[in-house]
Amino acid sequence: MFDWRWDFTWEILPRLFEATLNTMIAAGAGYAIAVVLGLVLALAQRTPWRVLTFVVREVVEFIRSTPLVLQIFFVFFVGPQFGIRLDPWTSGMIAIGLHYSAYLSEVYRGGIESVAKGQWEACASLSMSTRDTYFRIIIPQALPPSLAGMGNYLVGIFKDTPMLSVIGVAELMHTANAIGSENYRFLEPYTLVGVIFLAISLPAAGLIRVFEGWVRKKLGMQ
Amino acid sequence: MMDDLTQYPLTLEGADAPMVSFRNVTKRYGSLTVLEGLDLDVAEGEMIAIIGPSGSGKTTVLRMLMLERIQEGVIYVDGKPITHQAKNGKLVPASDRYLRRAREPIGMCFQHFNLFPHMTALQNCMEGPVQVLGMSRRDARERAEDLLEMVGMIDKKDQHPSRLSGGQQQRVAIARALAMRPKVMLFDEVTSALDPEVIGEVTNVIKKLVTEHNLTMLMVTHQMGFARDISDRVCFFYGGRIEEQGKPAELFDNPQRERTQQFLSAVKSAD
Repeated sequence: MFDWRWDFTWEILPRLFEATLNTMIAAGAGYAIAVVLGLVLALAQRTPWRVLTFVVREVVEFIRSTPLVLQIFFVFFVGPQFGIRLDPWTSGMIAIGLHYSAYLSEVYRGGIESVAKGQWEACASLSMSTRDTYFRIIIPQALPPSLAGMGNYLVGIFKDTPMLSVIGVAELMHTANAIGSENYRFLEPYTLVGVIFLAISLPAAGLIRVFEGWVRKKLGMQ
Repeated sequence: MMDDLTQYPLTLEGADAPMVSFRNVTKRYGSLTVLEGLDLDVAEGEMIAIIGPSGSGKTTVLRMLMLERIQEGVIYVDGKPITHQAKNGKLVPASDRYLRRAREPIGMCFQHFNLFPHMTALQNCMEGPVQVLGMSRRDARERAEDLLEMVGMIDKKDQHPSRLSGGQQQRVAIARALAMRPKVMLFDEVTSALDPEVIGEVTNVIKKLVTEHNLTMLMVTHQMGFARDISDRVCFFYGGRIEEQGKPAELFDNPQRERTQQFLSAVKSAD
């Protein structure tokens, strides 16, 4: 390949690896927020309180219909006007976690709806509380059918972390940009970013499938 | 028209009080009336078979006891109203919490078993006693094992439902319901989803319950022979009402109403 400089490649690799770690932390933390908050949003839409259900439904729709980068800007730049001053990392995690929680809530909703109606009736016939019904019976069964969707969004959140570079989070894209403008060479850093993303995303999809099979087996549901 | 709740007693008392009592019960789904003005008393220890064509409201009778709310009337179980609760000496519609408590003396088995697929047979039978009744795991396990023994499923106690046949799943489901020590058991077409050769293993368990336990039972069934064998009384439902009821021998051999005769001869010719 013409004009590809291997010495430069080796030189910038350690810095990019460090940034990869940051990217993974950002994706992981954002995902953790999304997994928990998504469940809250999904369950809130199933309560008998109409107003709450309606509001949550609209919030989810709003988040899903607006760009992630706008939400990142909002948390980081508009937040301070309301006295909420957060550093780029925290803002980024909140924005990306919030964004993906909306998507995950839809995945959970589908999973919960896929559980047979008879399971709810069995819980009622044992006089189980709503809480036990959800956490001991319904959610464990909603999990396996949700895992594929959850896995897709795990890869999705990972690929969306470069958006955080716009507010200065030192993840992979941000670091590649910095290296490029310091050295006036963009080919190697950007190519490496692509290779690193590919190297992580591809096996992740396979691992998720393996994990899904393991969970089904663990729950005795083949 | 509002139902005047003052016409119903707050409790049913006395030695001869029925275990289950439907008083003027009406159930609608939207504009469709499924049951209208149902009056039915079931004595303690009595086994009632409910038969009738589909759409006659027979399954609704069970569902109102366990799963659904009603529009008019009051249902009493073990002397207390389950659809309503007493407040300041008056009956008012039951809260969700009250409803759950009031239904605790009732157990139910379903056509499609509805076992929890992510739990073993034993765990299925322990879930209610541990989570709802607050029993220790040790006591709940002991009770569950006794019941699985009784239904002949102790050998399979560590299997998940997906590994069990329909007949085996239904027997576990019966054990699961009994683990709550119900006073009333509801059987909703429990043999309808089974292969013919395993129906016997389920009906034998139910027979055993009839002879060895003083349970009050309501059973919706399509098996006329079984209903005749084990029930104390048969109720024939038609169009959301009890068209005819009586002792099994009377109703099956000498039905009085034309619709009962039609239904029974249709069932007989299908056999």
